[in-house]
Amino acid sequence: MKRISIAIAAGAILAFGATAASAGTLDQVKQRGSLACGSNSGLTGFGIPDDKGQWTGLDVDFCRAVAAAVLNDPTKVKFIPLTAKDRFTALQSGEVDVLARNGTWTLSREADLGLLFAAVNYYDGQGFMVRKKLNVNSALELNGASICVQQGTTTELNLADYFRSNNMKYEGVVFANVDDVIKAYDTSRCDAFTTDVSQLYGERIKLVNPDEHVVLPEVISKEPLGPAVRQGDDQWFDIVKWTHFAMINAEELGVTKANVDDKLKSDDPSIRRLLGVEGDFGKGMGLTKDWAYHIIKAVGNYGEAFERNVGEGSKLKIKRGLNNLWSKGGIQYAAPVR
Amino acid sequence: MSGRAVDLPPVAKISPFYDPRVRGFVYQGLLVLALGILIYGAASNAIANMQARNIPTNFDFWNKTSGFDINFTLIPYSAQSTFGDAFWVGLLNTLLVAAIGVFFATILGFIVGVARLSPNWIVARMATIYVESLRNVPLLLQLLFWYNAILKPLPGVRDSIVIPGLSGKPFAFLNNRGLVLPQPVFGAEFDLVLAAFGLACLLAAGFWFYARKIQRETGRRLPSGWAGLALVIGLPAIAYFAAGSPLTLDYPVLRGFNFSGGARVLPELVALLLGLILYTATFIAEIVRAGIQSVARGQSEAALALGLSGGQVLRLVVIPQAMRVITPPLTNQFLNLTKNSTLAVFIGYPDLVQVFAGSVLNITGAAVQIIAVTMAVYLVISLLTSLAMSFYMRLTATVER
Repeated sequence: MKRISIAIAAGAILAFGATAASAGTLDQVKQRGSLACGSNSGLTGFGIPDDKGQWTGLDVDFCRAVAAAVLNDPTKVKFIPLTAKDRFTALQSGEVDVLARNGTWTLSREADLGLLFAAVNYYDGQGFMVRKKLNVNSALELNGASICVQQGTTTELNLADYFRSNNMKYEGVVFANVDDVIKAYDTSRCDAFTTDVSQLYGERIKLVNPDEHVVLPEVISKEPLGPAVRQGDDQWFDIVKWTHFAMINAEELGVTKANVDDKLKSDDPSIRRLLGVEGDFGKGMGLTKDWAYHIIKAVGNYGEAFERNVGEGSKLKIKRGLNNLWSKGGIQYAAPVR
Repeated sequence: MSGRAVDLPPVAKISPFYDPRVRGFVYQGLLVLALGILIYGAASNAIANMQARNIPTNFDFWNKTSGFDINFTLIPYSAQSTFGDAFWVGLLNTLLVAAIGVFFATILGFIVGVARLSPNWIVARMATIYVESLRNVPLLLQLLFWYNAILKPLPGVRDSIVIPGLSGKPFAFLNNRGLVLPQPVFGAEFDLVLAAFGLACLLAAGFWFYARKIQRETGRRLPSGWAGLALVIGLPAIAYFAAGSPLTLDYPVLRGFNFSGGARVLPELVALLLGLILYTATFIAEIVRAGIQSVARGQSEAALALGLSGGQVLRLVVIPQAMRVITPPLTNQFLNLTKNSTLAVFIGYPDLVQVFAGSVLNITGAAVQIIAVTMAVYLVISLLTSLAMSFYMRLTATVER
């Protein structure tokens, strides 16, 4: 019901709201005094409230970083939990300023839905989880299987493609809400559960006996996950994109949450430019010159955010892999601040 | 009415400004105009807003390849079909649930409604307990309950409960993927059986009219119901064996993860139907009870005095009169059931909302068009149901003598 009410609310906004609401997102955020961040409603490692009601996750930290850059206060974020189905409508209609909800960057989402993906804050791929006792070692052995999948995701489409291209049959059992997908898988309604690999690890924790389940080695798709904004506001697009780049650059330059104050006295010109000691690079985006300092002071660099939420410091223990820096064997790479 | 108008003196000609008829037209015209302007303004504003945000405003997506699969379809559909095909799949799945649901909810509702008025203490109390408990629990919770109640205790595919057939060979399999039944395969000669069935229906109807005529003229009652049943079952059965049993069954075989061959009833469909039928039947039962109680006691007393049996009193005297009270609120329940079937989203049954206002909406992003079409579909279904029910009401209306 909530999904429909969002769609109707969006329709009402579109029908009766004034035009040109998409321009000047920065001014709106500053005026409102808080950032509206479209978040996952409960995905361990990416966006989920902890037992104290505090939102945690890689995407959540990203929104905090944007709030730190724009409002100089990482706590001034209003997290709006969205299902996979609602998320783009919520962004299109202006209900959220930025959508950091492990969304896959695709052509149609940019060209047809009128969005722009600002960066890739997690390189992912789609995988399968099955019960160990099925003795399945490869996704290619899943011919005829029932597979639980969440509706309105690239996952649903990749699944159809993968089975079609391998001449295999399957039964897709589709739910709108990811919790219903997990529940159905856990009650053995499905042989396998498919989604992005990071999410498989995140959801496995929620199962009754996590150890009885195994993630298959095949990764059947490219899933570059990242924050998205509406088209038509280039300044806001830049801010979101450079928030990510600032976090990557900070990791590359060895600037961490702990040492950022010391690094203000650094002689390295790259660090001095990043932290706003030299030059005034924030001004062009409508920000203060120490915007990146606030980001790192608030959430740390990309590596810190990764380890804390999905890496070794978390329950998920996902390896950096593709998400390591380009200089360390991964593909996370940022344009320089200069 | 018309008789009285003739008696009145001719009306003096008045200025159109004071003519209530003219004023009525003007006011209503103004209202329609204002509404039209409002709707036009809202629509054009929405389109302008959507275009400004690069949201699709047309139905170009309708003929594009959908790319996703649906696990329960009544018409051929695959990932290479179009979004338009997905719409029809969803619509048919919704209509299937609505039709089966309305049929069984009505039967169950009538039985329970009558049972609530039963002189048998236990029957009446059981009916009351059923109505009061299920009527007061939100439908969504009931659906989730049935879905889990069905799924949890059932074994996996490899440990399916086997339902043996007549020959001792496994006939059907019950597991947490649903009920797997043999799929009937119709031979070419099966048309004969269908023709025999049609003929039997015609004969039965003819006999029914004949029996009614006899009863009107002589008061003698012919067993038209039993005779009709015998015809409708017997004639096709004879034709079936005469044609050399042109119906074979494709038995399901366990292959890998799932059964191949055969037909499957999804647990999602069963849970949805169970929830909708049991919930809606409680309301229908109350409507039936109210309808029966609205018929004056004297009617059944008089019928009993005429020597009709208890069943006949109910069937021939009470229910026909009660129907006039029952039908309008019954229509509401039919509409409710159809609309409530949208809760299928929560248990993964691919109905119109799940498929069209779900997957299609999310992939195409055409939210406004898709929600508008979905709402229009439910509106049309509801209006058609109302139309059919008011037609039925006109058929059964009291003929005042």
